Amino acid sequence: MTQYVIRRLLIAIPSLLGISVILFTVLALAPGDPFEELATNPAIPPEVRLQLRASLGLDDPIHVRYIAWLTSMLRGEWGYSFVSRINVDQLILQRLPTTLIVIGTSQVVALLIALPVGVLAATRPYSLFDKIANTLAFIGFSLPTFFTGLLFILFFSIYLDWLPFVYRTQIEATGWRWFWEQVKQTIMPVMVLGLFQGAAWTRFVRSAVLDVIRLDYVTTARSKGLPERTVITKHVVRNALIPVVTLVALQMPVVFGGAIVTEQIFRVPGIGSLLITAILSNDTPVIMAVTFVFACLVVFFNLLADVIYGWLDPRISYR
Amino acid sequence: MPRKRVSPWGEAWRRFRKHRLAVASAVVLSVIILAVLLGPLVWRVPIDEIDFSVRLEGPSWAHPLGTDDLGQDLLARMLYGGRISLAVGFAAMLVAVLLGTLVGSVAGIASGRVDAFLMWLTDLFLSLPELPLLLLVIYLFRDTLRSLVGAELGVFILIVSVIGGFRWMPVARLVRAQFFSLREKEFVEAARALGASTPRLVVRHILPNALGPVIVAATIDIAAAIIAESTLSFLGLGFPPDIPTWGRLLFDAKDNLDFAPHWALFPGLAIFLTVLTINFVGDGLRDALDPRRVV
Repeated sequence: MTQYVIRRLLIAIPSLLGISVILFTVLALAPGDPFEELATNPAIPPEVRLQLRASLGLDDPIHVRYIAWLTSMLRGEWGYSFVSRINVDQLILQRLPTTLIVIGTSQVVALLIALPVGVLAATRPYSLFDKIANTLAFIGFSLPTFFTGLLFILFFSIYLDWLPFVYRTQIEATGWRWFWEQVKQTIMPVMVLGLFQGAAWTRFVRSAVLDVIRLDYVTTARSKGLPERTVITKHVVRNALIPVVTLVALQMPVVFGGAIVTEQIFRVPGIGSLLITAILSNDTPVIMAVTFVFACLVVFFNLLADVIYGWLDPRISYR
Repeated sequence: MPRKRVSPWGEAWRRFRKHRLAVASAVVLSVIILAVLLGPLVWRVPIDEIDFSVRLEGPSWAHPLGTDDLGQDLLARMLYGGRISLAVGFAAMLVAVLLGTLVGSVAGIASGRVDAFLMWLTDLFLSLPELPLLLLVIYLFRDTLRSLVGAELGVFILIVSVIGGFRWMPVARLVRAQFFSLREKEFVEAARALGASTPRLVVRHILPNALGPVIVAATIDIAAAIIAESTLSFLGLGFPPDIPTWGRLLFDAKDNLDFAPHWALFPGLAIFLTVLTINFVGDGLRDALDPRRVV
């Protein structure tokens, strides 16, 4: 298993490098000069600007610039935010936990919906329950997150007035009250993301379970006299989860996209809303860094999926 | 008794009709497309007529879907914006399918090193965070394209190519898988033995047989592209305010939810209904075009 994890880690390095090349190419191809602001600034004479460019290596050949950019990215020198006036890595570290909490909880919610519903639907294919679940799943992933978010605000915050629709960082309360306020303001963003993902996963789980449930070894387990419950949980679900893990890993970019949108709607102070504010205020270092962090997160979750995959299906880790 | 001969498309149509939700969705989708195409010819209210005396009004006879904060008619704006939203969806799908078919065909026919590299590239693109990169590219290239070809066309080209450029991977994988199974089939071998060149083999014999799954993927891609465009516009980074795509309308409406909910509900419903019906049609097409399924 350890060997397998190490091998996976080594495979992740080329993809991270590839992503960094793509990011850098986009940046290098982009028209416009990061020093445009300085160029229009009358207080800085052109000679100083040229010197500054040379000292920062902006006129070097492209591969030299790529190596320089990559090493500084890897060393955590991500620059200085034009707008917030603090280092970009500090800014991101402040925001990252919120994003991870929201995404993590929503994934748990999605799993809690998708697993039971998907398995139940697959054990009774074409029943009324299956049909309703399938239609609801279709509706669920056809509802874009930005619209569900607005609908939730409209219903729970404006009509019922139960939940706050603006996420607050400073809550003036302690102990249980603080916790309760925190939960109340996290419910909507988490549910928006969780329901969307849950709908997509329900279909994955259903078709994976349907594929497995017809296999001979399941019939064997049943004919041994095992209770149906044990057959489903111990024999069917574990094997059905293997393809689901891959599909879930492939969905990760979509999850982060949804997180950006929900953070923006509910003003959750995570890295997603940081990205949008940075783009609206032309804060290039922050934009680059956040995109890079998102890319790293996707690669990390793919790696995690691989590890879970190896745990679910031991044959893979011995190959 | 000899069975009536059915063409492959006739058979597909027979299978498609069995999926009731798909048929109903096809009807609704056609209505939406027709409304968007012909609506502006019938409903001749200008999209940018500002009238403060009727601002933020709910649905009425004069304004069936209400008005926005400048008193502009929402029905007219939605019909016009729907054209753009749907056009982006179709165009981005075309980009994605063409790119994907190209990459998949090359990988499927070349195999070996070329295939390995192209599949590595495909996997790499699959693990890119789509939305942040979309935002990054639009942020970096928006102004240049705008000055080159004008605001509307510039943003349109940019959004279509970027969304298409991040959606070709599933098609490429599908086409490659189809190529791997088809190129060993007897009819391809026969064509090869008759001296058909590789391009002819690909275009005449293999590609038409790989069409089914690609059509299904293409349908789903339209829905995904519409969502992607709406997301960008909703974040305020898509089309400029004078082009009211459905996402843009939602972006403008979201700060007025408490006193003008209709402003957000109608465009949101339009996006939802379009995406839902496209997804159902895709599901029906999957039933219709997958010969392994028994319907």
